[in-house]
Amino acid sequence: MVDVMEQTPPLLHGPSEKERKYDRQLRLWAASGQSALESAHILLVNSGCGTVGVETLKNLVLPGIGKFTIADEAKVSDADLGVNFFLDEGCKGKSRAQCCAELLTELNPEVQGNWWPREKSSSFEELLGSPEPFTAILYSAPISEERLRMLETYASQFQTPLVAVQSAGFYGYFQVKLPGAFPIVDTHPDDTAIDDLRVLAPWPELEDFARNMTKNFESLDDHEHGHLPMVVLLLHYLEEWRKSHDGANPISLKDKTEFRKGLEAAMRRDNAEGGEENYEEAVSGVMRHVQPPALPSTLRQVFDYQRQGTDADSSFWLIAAAVKRFHEKHGTLPVSGGLPDMKAQSDVYIRLQNLYKTKARQDAREVLATVRSMEGGADVDSAEVELFCTNARFIKLINGADVAPKTLVHVTEQELANDEMAAVVGPEMPYSLIGIYLALTATTHLESASEEDIESSIARHVPIAAGQERILKAAKEVARAGGVELHNTSAVLGGMVAQEMIKIITKQYIPVDNTCIFDGIDSRCQVLRL
Amino acid sequence: MSVATQAPASAASPVDEDARWKYLNHIRQTPGPFTDPASQDEVAMRMFDNFKVLVIGAGGLGCEILKNLAMSRFRDIHVIDMDTIDISNLNRQFLFRKADVGSYKAEVAARFVMNRVKGVSITAHNKTIQEFDLDFYRQFQLVICGLDSIEARRWINSTLVTIAEEGDPDSIKPLIDGGTEGFKGQARVVLPSFTSCIECQLDMHAPRAAVPLCTIASIPRQPEHCIEWAHVIAWDQEKPFPKLDKDDPEHVTWLFNKAAKRADEFGIQGVTYSLTQGTIKNIIPAIASTNAIIAAACCNEAFKLATSSVQCFGFENNYMMYSGNDSIYTYTFNHQKKPDCPVCSDQSRPLDVDPKATLQELLDSLAVRPEAQLKAPSIRAEGKSLYMRAPPQLEEQTRPNLTKTLLELGLADGQYVNVTDKAFNTQFDFTLVFK
Ligand SMILES: [Zn+2]
Repeated sequence: MVDVMEQTPPLLHGPSEKERKYDRQLRLWAASGQSALESAHILLVNSGCGTVGVETLKNLVLPGIGKFTIADEAKVSDADLGVNFFLDEGCKGKSRAQCCAELLTELNPEVQGNWWPREKSSSFEELLGSPEPFTAILYSAPISEERLRMLETYASQFQTPLVAVQSAGFYGYFQVKLPGAFPIVDTHPDDTAIDDLRVLAPWPELEDFARNMTKNFESLDDHEHGHLPMVVLLLHYLEEWRKSHDGANPISLKDKTEFRKGLEAAMRRDNAEGGEENYEEAVSGVMRHVQPPALPSTLRQVFDYQRQGTDADSSFWLIAAAVKRFHEKHGTLPVSGGLPDMKAQSDVYIRLQNLYKTKARQDAREVLATVRSMEGGADVDSAEVELFCTNARFIKLINGADVAPKTLVHVTEQELANDEMAAVVGPEMPYSLIGIYLALTATTHLESASEEDIESSIARHVPIAAGQERILKAAKEVARAGGVELHNTSAVLGGMVAQEMIKIITKQYIPVDNTCIFDGIDSRCQVLRL
Repeated sequence: MSVATQAPASAASPVDEDARWKYLNHIRQTPGPFTDPASQDEVAMRMFDNFKVLVIGAGGLGCEILKNLAMSRFRDIHVIDMDTIDISNLNRQFLFRKADVGSYKAEVAARFVMNRVKGVSITAHNKTIQEFDLDFYRQFQLVICGLDSIEARRWINSTLVTIAEEGDPDSIKPLIDGGTEGFKGQARVVLPSFTSCIECQLDMHAPRAAVPLCTIASIPRQPEHCIEWAHVIAWDQEKPFPKLDKDDPEHVTWLFNKAAKRADEFGIQGVTYSLTQGTIKNIIPAIASTNAIIAAACCNEAFKLATSSVQCFGFENNYMMYSGNDSIYTYTFNHQKKPDCPVCSDQSRPLDVDPKATLQELLDSLAVRPEAQLKAPSIRAEGKSLYMRAPPQLEEQTRPNLTKTLLELGLADGQYVNVTDKAFNTQFDFTLVFK
């Protein structure tokens, strides 16, 4: 089996022009993410001031989305020129969709831009009926109820992610509606997320390796002693510890602290440096690495998930079931295969690294065999199995349908209760932005609305919010904006929406689940699951 | 196109300025629950019309900032950037096209935005910020930075603190600063000499720990170690080209091949051309979307500040941290001014030192201490030059001090020293605290 992580063919002629152009983003989502972007076709259903959606597209055209289509019946007005950068004076009176599409495609000749309507007679149904389905749809409020229903029908029929965005004055929000459970394997955990070194659950080869290196422990000269890898030190001293503790490992904080003291004491200090870096690494690694193998709650959620009829991505679920079986059988997850850098001789480090890699391959092979034995498992790609095993501890399920969704009323109730606490705690605990969401969504289908209209709409849908001071203020602020976009607010939202669409299209990093509210007066965001 | 021919008359008519700014004026003229009533009077309206703003940097953030300022109806903008356009800029610096590669960023960006948005004046300066004197900076009401260099930020910060005079509100030039790295970034506002400055916040941008030379020279374990070996050791030994140009594919290829060969000898995997380039140039990933978010957050503060329409960052909250790799997270807070900030306060800062350390060791430590980060420091004690990098005679004269310990130099616990660095137009005052 080929280890995908190691497949780095030597590059003899330097990068291509395209690789140079996209260099700064390939470092984030690699060639796999880039090719997913290049195969995507995004539909923007635009209306109103029409800037936030176009700003979003700009941030998708630049990194090289395959295609986009703008649906917008508006003709360019003077006011458009004061808020939308992708229009100029020559556009006045022309189709806004066409003008924006043309000025956007200038940004990247590799991107194809379309617009609708091309002719008076072509209907919105015809646009949605085009043979090639859209990868994702973005619509900006205000939108008619009828058109929104059409988009929702389309999204459920074709399993299409649907994103709503609204920008008004200093406020805005966007909401991502995914067609079903959305698992992410390639979540890119922070560097601080540690590799699983298995020091409390070593396999025989790893144990032998450590024993061999520490066989004549005291007779090692200072150079050798100071270059024993931190993993070997931990394994060695853990074995010593077990001998004096009835075979038990140091698990409690008290025992770990005690164990760490022992390590500190064992460091040689009578050398030129007055200490040993590898021991220092081991000492500072005790709390992080001396951990019994555990199943992260995010992965348990994947294991326990009951698949719904609407959920796609069947190979993911087959692999998840196989890894679950692996975990039940061994009590551990497959070894990830990563080894952080640590003080060591080159050859020793490389041998140790290969031990981890070999074990990771072996575990992945076992998972693959289980997958192959399952119904429909014959076609599952071995690279997908390896990626799953490598990232198992960081896999995340977004929009799991069996996590009982809370109603808007329920969430509002919780947020209002938090606000009562925030009033006492002070600036450390920011107030909820739910009022902004409630006020904005009261105008989803309206060009603008009066304060009274917004308040009565909120009172109808979420009675508990009626009359609350912060919510009244948000309603007033949305009413005074009168449906007008400020370019800066739309540019902030356009950046965030594009970022989220990139995560969804590339299936990398962790998307918002599912609503992000932006307050441009306080300059902050809040994410809520609504 | 049928759509284009439907309204030929209006396409030719001139744009009515009031109609163009209808939306923006609506927000400015309509009172709301968070607006300052004074922001709607004639004085405030006129003040905004005459606002002059300086943008530093015309790169990833700079392009966005220029667009956002023009679309926020700022009329008089200057932009400084000495860089020229590279092909790797095109995935986010959206005012540039392939044909612009090699041209000055400031010039191309200014021309593009002026063509697109009629009525805005953007003056481009293809220079470094250090080439301008204090009077140049005094002409602006506001400075917005979109830079990738911490040195340049520190320089403009200390310059604006120098300009700020007590009792003269016009001398306070608010500094709005944005920065990004991958999916993360920050936007902050400094009211020079009043609120926490870039120097106060320096420890939030600690430099990355360097790989020890002995690892690079003799015990490499990672592909980066092999690349650093090719970069700092093999290149110097073999000098394949007269001078290393990190943007020359031939030079990078040479380093890549050297590193790959060394990696092969040690059984290390993962040396690629891209990693080679990233390691030697310390490339930071950059994407359009993060730049859009941070630049717009900065310009939103600029707009709020210039129109006083609603409260902007300043005496209360002054910093927004943004992270977009795991969901979306912002943290907006008040970064407190440091009472011993070497730039914006009069108090000297305590410096923990070992009295038995040499002067050289002390100077080296100033480069890596997160709160100092001074790469070429000169140091003076009361009435006495300890080590001065210029002029050459003084350097020669003070060089022997480098190998002496602090005790041998007659320095005492609690002694006051001041440090200068040619990269900054300010001096850093420290009080020695013996360990
Ligand atoms: Zn300061």
